[in-house]
Amino acid sequence: MPDDSLIPRGAALGLTGCEACGLVVEHAAADAPCPRCGSRLHARKPDSLTRSWAYLVAAFILYLPANLLPVLHSSKLFKEWSDTIMSGVVSLWNDGSYDLAIVVFTASVVVPLLKMGALALLLVQVQRGSAHLPRERTRLYRILEFIGHWSMLDVFAVALLIALVHFGSLANAEPGAGIVAFGAVVVLTMLATMSFDPRLIWDATRIPARRATDRHPT
Amino acid sequence: MDMKDGVTAPMRIRADLAICEHCDSVHRRGALAPGEAADCRVCGATLYRRSRLDVDAMLALTLAALIVFVLANAAPIVTMQSGGVTTRGWLMTIVASAWDHGVGPVAAIAAGTVFLFPLAQLALYLFVLLAVKLPARPRGFVAAMHGLRWLRPWSMVEVFLIGILVSIIKMSSLARVTAEAGLWGFGVLTILLTALSTFELRELWDAHDA
Repeated sequence: MPDDSLIPRGAALGLTGCEACGLVVEHAAADAPCPRCGSRLHARKPDSLTRSWAYLVAAFILYLPANLLPVLHSSKLFKEWSDTIMSGVVSLWNDGSYDLAIVVFTASVVVPLLKMGALALLLVQVQRGSAHLPRERTRLYRILEFIGHWSMLDVFAVALLIALVHFGSLANAEPGAGIVAFGAVVVLTMLATMSFDPRLIWDATRIPARRATDRHPT
Repeated sequence: MDMKDGVTAPMRIRADLAICEHCDSVHRRGALAPGEAADCRVCGATLYRRSRLDVDAMLALTLAALIVFVLANAAPIVTMQSGGVTTRGWLMTIVASAWDHGVGPVAAIAAGTVFLFPLAQLALYLFVLLAVKLPARPRGFVAAMHGLRWLRPWSMVEVFLIGILVSIIKMSSLARVTAEAGLWGFGVLTILLTALSTFELRELWDAHDA
């Protein structure tokens, strides 16, 4: 079995893989259209780090109102109260719905935080030129891509609550600004993840691959 | 092959190779059996795969999903009984009430990710799968394929389903809430869309090249 670290990189061989359709093109000029699907061919996503940071910082900022502002104002008879995402989780827990409290806590609190933290880590590592654990970092990126949209769960849950409870006679539910901020956080973290180019992780580790290009018969 | 003359040499398609989209490693393509996938040796990402489903099976799934989509939207998702009043909730009433309560972005997210994008996805799948069966690639094929790639992360029927389930359980302490046919519809739609997404779009690009 040949040494996997000797497998060459496309950039070193003058080969570009189309990001949209996967076609491999040799000697493609920068920004030339893909002969099969017309997308612009480039060795790396343009301005990947800048765009990813911009979306991520915006998401970080909106994460504060998303968690501090109420997502739901409710009233029943003469009682009124406001729920933030966290207080919603706490009340589920106190009602004895532990499984549900864990689902909502995971989707709404843990996943967005972990996502933003992990993406920030990936970005910082790339900028520092780290060659540490590239395989694991690429796997982390794939996990981020996969779980991205699950945090939208609470937005849908609140939307149904508003639709049903408002028309009921006893109780009333009004959405709070927190839910809009929360939806924006989810969209922004998804955009930040899409803007990141995982190939940048491997660029810092290109020394063994360079050597490999000399030996690899093409 | 000389690698130093990349600037002057003419552009050439290398159908014999596959490049990993996550780490840029170059691999030689091989033939796959149905259900097999080729993984990148360097980073573990899937390079390309061959679905267990063929184009006809995909078409059947797409048509089934379109029918289920109509049913899921036509039937109420939940009914709530509270103080002698029965309230029914459809996807569209959820969108409309979010809009009426001043949270337009929430209405837009729900309408887009649960209604418009999945519907567009199914319509484009139908077009693209029929197109693959034609001898030549029809006009609009490329645009439809780009559309499908763009839509994939923004279609969130499965998240909506779990969100509704969470909401139903949350409300069950306040009122009698029952799941209706629409909820089952979205459940089946989730399964069908997940099955459709096991089909790699790149496989369709390759299908037309062969």
